[in-house]
Amino acid sequence: MILIVCLLGDGPVLAAEMPPDTMAARMQACASCHGAMGEGTKDDYFPRLAGKPAGYLYNQLIAFREGRRRYPPMNFLLEFQNDAYLHKMAEYFAEQRPPLPAPAIPTVSNDLLARGEQLATKGDPQRNIPACAGCHGPSFTGMEPAIPGLLGLRPSYISAQLGAWRYGTRTAALPDCMQLVAGYLTEDDVKALAAWLSSRKAPPDTSPLPRGSLPMPLACGSEPN
Amino acid sequence: MITRISGMILSAALISGLSVAVAAAQQPVTPPSAAPAPQPAKVPTDSIIARGEYLARAGDCIACHTAPEGQTFAGSRAMKTPFGTIFTSNITPDPTTGIGKWTADQFYTMMHTGRSIDGSLLYPAMPFASYTKVTRDDSDAIFAFLMSVPAVKQANRPHDLRFPYNNRSLIIGWRTLYFNEGEYKPDATKSAEWNRGAYLVEGLGHCGMCHTAINALGGSSESQAFEGGLIPMQNWYAPSLTSNKEAGLGDWSIKDITELLRDGISHRGAVYGPMADVVYNSLQYLSDDDVRAMAIYLKGLAQGSSPDRPSPPLPTAETSLLVSLGKPIYDKQCASCHGTEGAGMPPHYPLLAGNQSIQMSSAVNAIRMVLNGGFPPGTKGNPTPYGMPPFAHVLSDDEIAAVVTYIRTSWGNRGAPVSARQANELRSATLN
Ligand code: HEC
Ligand code: HEC
Ligand code: HEC
Ligand code: HEC
Ligand code: HEC
Repeated sequence: MILIVCLLGDGPVLAAEMPPDTMAARMQACASCHGAMGEGTKDDYFPRLAGKPAGYLYNQLIAFREGRRRYPPMNFLLEFQNDAYLHKMAEYFAEQRPPLPAPAIPTVSNDLLARGEQLATKGDPQRNIPACAGCHGPSFTGMEPAIPGLLGLRPSYISAQLGAWRYGTRTAALPDCMQLVAGYLTEDDVKALAAWLSSRKAPPDTSPLPRGSLPMPLACGSEPN
Repeated sequence: MITRISGMILSAALISGLSVAVAAAQQPVTPPSAAPAPQPAKVPTDSIIARGEYLARAGDCIACHTAPEGQTFAGSRAMKTPFGTIFTSNITPDPTTGIGKWTADQFYTMMHTGRSIDGSLLYPAMPFASYTKVTRDDSDAIFAFLMSVPAVKQANRPHDLRFPYNNRSLIIGWRTLYFNEGEYKPDATKSAEWNRGAYLVEGLGHCGMCHTAINALGGSSESQAFEGGLIPMQNWYAPSLTSNKEAGLGDWSIKDITELLRDGISHRGAVYGPMADVVYNSLQYLSDDDVRAMAIYLKGLAQGSSPDRPSPPLPTAETSLLVSLGKPIYDKQCASCHGTEGAGMPPHYPLLAGNQSIQMSSAVNAIRMVLNGGFPPGTKGNPTPYGMPPFAHVLSDDEIAAVVTYIRTSWGNRGAPVSARQANELRSATLN
């Protein structure tokens, strides 16, 4: 009896007094919004992080820390974290591969949905709109090091981000190609793209394409080639 | 950080400034009369510059004088206040837009008297009320360092303050009440270490800028130095450093204090909010000797006050309801990190049982912690901190009040209960 108590007292019981030395434990502060593996939550607006290129996630974390991208609860959490730690956070979420959520069921007309597909895969050369696939990849899984996949995001999040670029509240490194692209889009285009992209089924491999594998239609400051 | 301090300092400056504005209006603003005798020009050596860099860290000049993603020391960082916005100055050696034409004498005069080189009064958002304690030698080293950084041509942005707060002569009122010019005078009855700590805390560290009660006039008075107060606009409470009921460190070990100040975490609690800023931008860069000296001084500050706790709150029906509502929330949402008995897993998950910082009469910090969550600062001693999730989007006002009441009154803690209204009011607090 006494022996057992001693053993327990010295062994794993005491060790359990420290939290596990893992990124998963450290990132619990993010889980209620982004999911434990960055898979996203039921909330319409909280984005999936898992599997996006680490360079992309890192750029976002820096932008939040410096207040260039605004979402006060996140700006607050990251305010006093150093670059090296932000790198670790980005790498942690980039490595996760939880399954994608079920595709959203589109709530727009078939015409609008077709327009979304057209813009995303072919663009609209007459209105200077490049195909989203030209940078985000033919199956929209993104490209290393800094172009995110567009799968597993909800329509409200996609339209909010495109809107943020159009109104200048979200910016990326210059030349900010997404600002140019978003500037050419109308409200209806945005609605169409958000509906079509969020209704995509997951391709077998959701990994981002290797760096430099697409001849991008515009230069992007955040995606060196 | 800037925004956090400025509300307090400006209200201090201006509310009390107004109260003596009559006197101020009659007193012409004169250039400093007793400028220190010019000293022979010294060519700064590398070691002086390095010392200056270190002292500038201790003074946290970089945090206020660098805009987000802006060039180091080029200023134009916005400090939002209830009266408008103040922009910090370019302090790089650029001759036209920075301080490149200044002399070490002029720099010392500014630090020491709070007057610019043309004699005009500076807003106390620049913590000259603390920097006045800095020695001539240290001021010269800081100046030599600033002269060695890359010059940036960037004009100062004019302050955007509403009438009458845009009138610098109002500052004379604040100065009359709260500014005591003069270098730090060592106390011969105390050890060299204690004196070094006092010099850093009262001087370059400008700890009193936040940790000082704001009296009825809106300023801090000498007798209340380090007694703590709410930082207006920011809604964070800077606890008293002299009372063991708040952040007084009288019964902390020197090791715990040192770790708290340098690493941001300790076995007695972690820093958060504006204090995380101070540790991140300034204290983590200080030498072990200097942090230890500060710890010795801070421990002494609170030694006189008794460590007794406020009397237990009367258990009203409402309180016991809150507590019984709070326990299941705590067990579900908090216990995995802070432990069912509030023991935490220090230093990473702070203990809540016996933690001074949640039992203070002001419940503001505990409520905000639960609403907003947080990470201790990422420091050299703790580069990858563990975080606490925000609960603003998870718990209702009633649930926040219940769980905060629970942690403030359980495990022998003697805090007072909090209401759902208090929780609700803090939802809209500025986050940064
Ligand atoms: C209170 C909820 C919340 C918490 C907690 C939170 N986030 Fe976020 N996060 C968001 C929201 C909402 C956005 C989208 C903001 C926007 O652009 O409007 C976002 C965006 C991001 C993005 C950019 C995603 C993209 O695809 O562009 C990253 C990266 C991120 N968060 C990482 C984190 C990390 C790491 C943590 C924990 C340290 C965290 N977040 C904690 C809500 C949260
Ligand atoms: C020229 C290359 C390029 C093209 C074309 C392009 N994008 Fe992007 N996109 C980027 C880059 C680079 C980023 C990352 C920007 C950053 O770092 O914030 C991005 C980011 C995004 C994001 C943010 C994702 C998130 O998780 O927050 C959305 C949404 C997006 N793009 C949608 C589109 C749509 C819709 C189109 C087509 C109309 C499109 N993009 C076309 C390069 C491109
Ligand atoms: C809490 C924020 C804060 C900190 C910390 C701070 N400053 Fe300032 N400083 C200001 C503000 C605000 C002004 C502008 C004051 C005004 O216009 O009246 C200023 C002005 C100045 C000026 C220009 C004064 C003039 O006459 O034009 C110099 C030089 C300066 N600071 C140096 C420093 C140095 C050196 C340090 C560190 C030892 C420092 N500051 C730390 C806020 C700060
Ligand atoms: C910008 C305002 C500000 C400045 C400047 C500041 N503090 Fe604080 N301090 C706070 C606030 C707010 C808290 C409460 C949050 C916390 O406990 O971390 C705090 C808490 C503390 C605590 C208690 C921490 C705990 O866990 O109980 C100590 C000790 C302390 N400060 C010491 C200092 C010292 C020493 C300095 C000067 C080097 C200083 N502070 C400068 C705002 C400030
Ligand atoms: C995932 C682990 C985790 C969970 C869950 C968690 N906390 Fe925390 N808590 C922390 C960490 C880490 C800190 C230090 C944060 C900082 O310094 O910014 C902290 C700090 C605090 C503090 C300030 C104590 C001090 O000394 O600085 C309070 C009060 C607190 N938590 C209460 C709660 C309550 C109440 C809940 C549940 C509603 C909760 N926590 C849930 C990890 C957690």
